[in-house]
Amino acid sequence: MTAPLIVFFVLAALAVIGAINLILQKHPIHSALSLIVVMVALAGLYLLMGAEFVAAVQIIVYGGAIMVLFVFVIMLLNAGVEEHTSLSKMAGPPGLLLVAALGAFVAATIAKSGASVQAAAQTGALSSTKGISEMVFKDFVYPFELTSFLILVAILGAVVLAQREKS
Amino acid sequence: MRALLATNADLVITIVKIALLLFIVLTVNAYLTWFERKVVAHIQSRWGPHRVGPHGLLQPMADGLKFFFKEDPTPAGVDKFVYFLAPLLALALALTSIAIIPFGPDPIRLFGHDIYLGIAPLNLNIGILALFAITALGVYGVALAGWSSNSKYPLLGGLRSSAQMISYELALTMSVVGVLLMAGSFNLRDIINAQASHPEWGIFGWNLWPQILGFLCFFTAAVAETNRVPFDLPEAESELVAGFHTEYASFKFAMFFIAEYTSMITVSCLCTIMFFGGWLSPFPASWTFTHYLPSVILIPFGLWVIMDGLRYETVFGRVVLPGIGTALTALGLALIVLPQFNNFIQAPFWFLSKVLVFLFIYVWMRGTLPRFRYDQLMAFGWKLLLPVSIVNVILTSFVILAKMQWGQQ
Repeated sequence: MTAPLIVFFVLAALAVIGAINLILQKHPIHSALSLIVVMVALAGLYLLMGAEFVAAVQIIVYGGAIMVLFVFVIMLLNAGVEEHTSLSKMAGPPGLLLVAALGAFVAATIAKSGASVQAAAQTGALSSTKGISEMVFKDFVYPFELTSFLILVAILGAVVLAQREKS
Repeated sequence: MRALLATNADLVITIVKIALLLFIVLTVNAYLTWFERKVVAHIQSRWGPHRVGPHGLLQPMADGLKFFFKEDPTPAGVDKFVYFLAPLLALALALTSIAIIPFGPDPIRLFGHDIYLGIAPLNLNIGILALFAITALGVYGVALAGWSSNSKYPLLGGLRSSAQMISYELALTMSVVGVLLMAGSFNLRDIINAQASHPEWGIFGWNLWPQILGFLCFFTAAVAETNRVPFDLPEAESELVAGFHTEYASFKFAMFFIAEYTSMITVSCLCTIMFFGGWLSPFPASWTFTHYLPSVILIPFGLWVIMDGLRYETVFGRVVLPGIGTALTALGLALIVLPQFNNFIQAPFWFLSKVLVFLFIYVWMRGTLPRFRYDQLMAFGWKLLLPVSIVNVILTSFVILAKMQWGQQ
């Protein structure tokens, strides 16, 4: 077993355990912490594939900004331990069915595109900052600009909502 | 054994480097507290630490021992796991960020290996992004400490700090974009080398001049990120007792303390690299006589320490201070005698001098400035720093674009 493979399994195990722990934990802060572990483990996986830029951005945006906001809101609301009501009868069998379907779909996608993903990782088109910025600002410039416009509208909406009504 | 060492040489070198850097950073941290207390004391017309060792030089060790032997109670009702995790997280992240900083351009050649100053690999192309990623996680140490303590003041401190750090992180990140545009790289070594493109300009080739707006925004935001005066609202003692670390004692408190001082060092290194030319000399490259500057500073300072030490009131001081002075003078003489060594020392010398100046400014501000009010802090970050840093990005982009347009004709 080579060193990268060992690192991969450690990070993958961390991500899966974090994700399971996220659901099992009863306190919102513990769940949020588990989600941070998942995010950081995913960043490690990106780094392992040579996607340095994506890994850094994953930690800055998801691990840093978004999860800090989660933790901040949980602290601000002082949310306590969640109460479990009796489980819904609908959740069991249809849920399992859904999980099986989703798992099969993901497995099929990976099996089909495994080779091309590896090739993409090796060419380095996605790994270098330069490659990514060229893709974003040349090939996908319109979707990119539209997304930033959408975010701007969302920010304006947040400002309007946060403003107190004039009395 | 020998074969194992040879095949894993890089690994061994890195581990040794980590241990060495850890030792240096922790020692510097300890003496930074001494430095801070002395400087603040003199600003306020006091003597500062004076009893333990000559000029209080052994005070950091006494403090360190005190941290080890103090009782470490765990308050009732804390969230145990998070309560223990928070100081560990704060310290680990603060120390990790130092690993990204390069301290000198040239490698040392030892046992047939080129050993560069700094732990991160030379081609770490996401250098500054990796640093921001680590600082982005750093807020959890403070926020979780405040939350898990199950106490009102720490919770308020933790809330304040998360809000403050989210707000100032934006300005911090935006303010370096100008530098990144000028260097065309995230790599810290490339950023320094870009400032050396006109070797004869010396100090005027640094990013400080074209990026003066960016520097002012960056330094202000960085002080806020490290929770130092005048932005130390998370631990405002007159309002919140000690803020987020009120319920921490003994070594767990020391971990927060070390984390704060380590981030001060990181920020000073970053300011040096981004805006003050890193390890570049402020003089034109052809002025080789400036290479004797380290000796010119070290020898008189060493002689002064000897003279001063001989008159010190305790016997211990009369032995130790002249000893330190002799070592400094000898080092200064050795630099004159060994030109090769002197040439090598130039880059780290300038780097460390600039970092020291920034650390002094940190302490100076602490001795001078009053604390912001909370609404002032938020208004300052969002309504002044962020717009100014965005304007800086737009201005820099226009200038670079104009240069590209007219430069090609």
